[in-house]
Amino acid sequence: MLVFIIKKLANAAFVMLAVAFLAFLIFRLAGDPVDMMSTEQTTEADRELLREKLGLNDSFLVQYGRFVGNAAQGEFGISYRNGQDVLGLIAERFPATMELVIVATLLSLVIGLPLGVLTAIKRGRAYSELLQFGSIIGVSLPSFVVGILLILVFSVTLGMFPAFGRGDVVDLGWWSTGFLTKSGLLALVLPSISLSLYQVTLIMRLVRAEMLEVMRSDYVKFARARGISRYKIYFRHALRNCLMPVVTLTAMNIGTLIAFALITETVFQWPGMGMLFIQAVTFIDIPVMAAYLCIVAFIFVFLNTVVDITYALIDPRLRTAK
Amino acid sequence: MTTTPTATHPSLIARIRKSDLWWSFTHSWSARIAAVLLILLIGSAFFAPLIAPQNPYDAAQLDMWKSELPPIWQSGGEWPYVLGTDTQGRDMLSVLLYGTRISVMIGFASVVLSLVIGLSLGLIAGYFGGIADNVLMRVGDVVLSIPTILIAILVSAVVRQMLPVGLREIGASAVLVLAITLSGWVQYARTVRAQTIIERGKEYVMAAKLLNVPKRRIMFHHILPNTLTPVLVAATLSFGMAILTEATLSFLGIGMPPGQPSLGTLIRIGNQYLFSGLWWMVIFPVVQLSLLVISVNLLGDWLRDALNPKLR
Repeated sequence: MLVFIIKKLANAAFVMLAVAFLAFLIFRLAGDPVDMMSTEQTTEADRELLREKLGLNDSFLVQYGRFVGNAAQGEFGISYRNGQDVLGLIAERFPATMELVIVATLLSLVIGLPLGVLTAIKRGRAYSELLQFGSIIGVSLPSFVVGILLILVFSVTLGMFPAFGRGDVVDLGWWSTGFLTKSGLLALVLPSISLSLYQVTLIMRLVRAEMLEVMRSDYVKFARARGISRYKIYFRHALRNCLMPVVTLTAMNIGTLIAFALITETVFQWPGMGMLFIQAVTFIDIPVMAAYLCIVAFIFVFLNTVVDITYALIDPRLRTAK
Repeated sequence: MTTTPTATHPSLIARIRKSDLWWSFTHSWSARIAAVLLILLIGSAFFAPLIAPQNPYDAAQLDMWKSELPPIWQSGGEWPYVLGTDTQGRDMLSVLLYGTRISVMIGFASVVLSLVIGLSLGLIAGYFGGIADNVLMRVGDVVLSIPTILIAILVSAVVRQMLPVGLREIGASAVLVLAITLSGWVQYARTVRAQTIIERGKEYVMAAKLLNVPKRRIMFHHILPNTLTPVLVAATLSFGMAILTEATLSFLGIGMPPGQPSLGTLIRIGNQYLFSGLWWMVIFPVVQLSLLVISVNLLGDWLRDALNPKLR
């Protein structure tokens, strides 16, 4: 078991090192940082001084090592655009994105689970087939299209929900939350729906497939033979055995949702780290881009590793797997 | 007594009509609707220069006095601007057709390129195993640990930055193809690798080896055709994904420039006028893009079920 955990951790560390390498590569490929930080008046001597100060005269490997060391301590340097500390910029925007992602995840479970069970147990009925068909449409609609349509209907036409921004926020320490004010909650509605739609269809289809599989198993047939009520079988016995893959998918997709949130954030002008990233991309503000890449990949790898290890703790058969 | 070759060897059409796949196709209404829709969409986009009322790239054909016209069924609409015009006086129908053309071409090119890269790497890794396999799997791990959209955004932003300024507009579509390819090749490589590992242990490969058939020939002529079924499904579904990724990048402003708009660029432009009542500038591209991706995905979904032996 210990060997398994160490292997998993080593693998995660390797992936993170590689991601850091990619982030570092962006710096090297996207041009000379001295050019970006200096103005017309900067003399050649000043440039050389800056070059020395930034450590650009060291070898490639030394620079990469320093980048990894700094990144591990949360040091991503200062933004080319406004000279602020990158980690501070991201930390400031982090709560906005996380609240959006958490609400979208909850929504996808609350809507996706019952729909999945429904389409499985009422298989063949018109409405369940329609839902199944609708799920393909849900997968096909890009999230920015969903966002635009929601804005068009609920903001422009009906005026029910705000189309941009986060509403009023309350600061709890460094975490600013929109959960505690009415305008904050109203502002969350449209973005979280548009972010969760894809995830809803994913969970619905997964639950449906798993339920159909479980319903064929012997213990369900046995429970039925014992005369246990249908709904008790569906929700007590069958659904429980479908939850494992759902939990895995949900945990693993949080990283993806954070990345996809950048599209939702752009549509709704949501002040999260995704919008910060897109602004950084348009200005080629590389420290911010690199930091965002590292943080998203870290969350992704972290959750994956946790899921893998938890799985192995629960199910001993998986411990020998590579 | 002349026997045509078709008598002994049925023609291609006859063979298609007798196949299981064709049977399944004619019995799935969603697949048939999707196929008709897709042929219409791609066909009209392909022949855009012939059927579009206007060439939106030709500034001489644009008329600023005809800008912001609503669709023809609303008051103020004018023939031949069936779907209205945008703020620059471009005919919406024409930009839609040309935009679909760009979206489809970029999507198609990136699927083909990822197929070439993914198939070759997957075959090599699966056939030889060992170090090649290990390297591929580790690289795959890294690529898969970054969400695809993020890879596409970063590649597109960095590569564009590396290009000289004059080339950025012209090279935009090539940059997009590269970005989408780099974010999508891994799944092909993994699919083919898994399939190759199964195939390489089979007797026909053993026989070919004993006959001293060159390795490259075994890989590409014998194993590859047997791995293509899952790849075909993946390719169809990822064609839809590629179109979506392109649209997303263009929507975010790091894809096709407004001068040669794809569907995503059109939605980006229209989105700026969301609150000014020019709804036709955003709704039509949105509908066109959705129909395109939905029909591709419906076909992919049907293909996956039709080719799955367990579901027969």
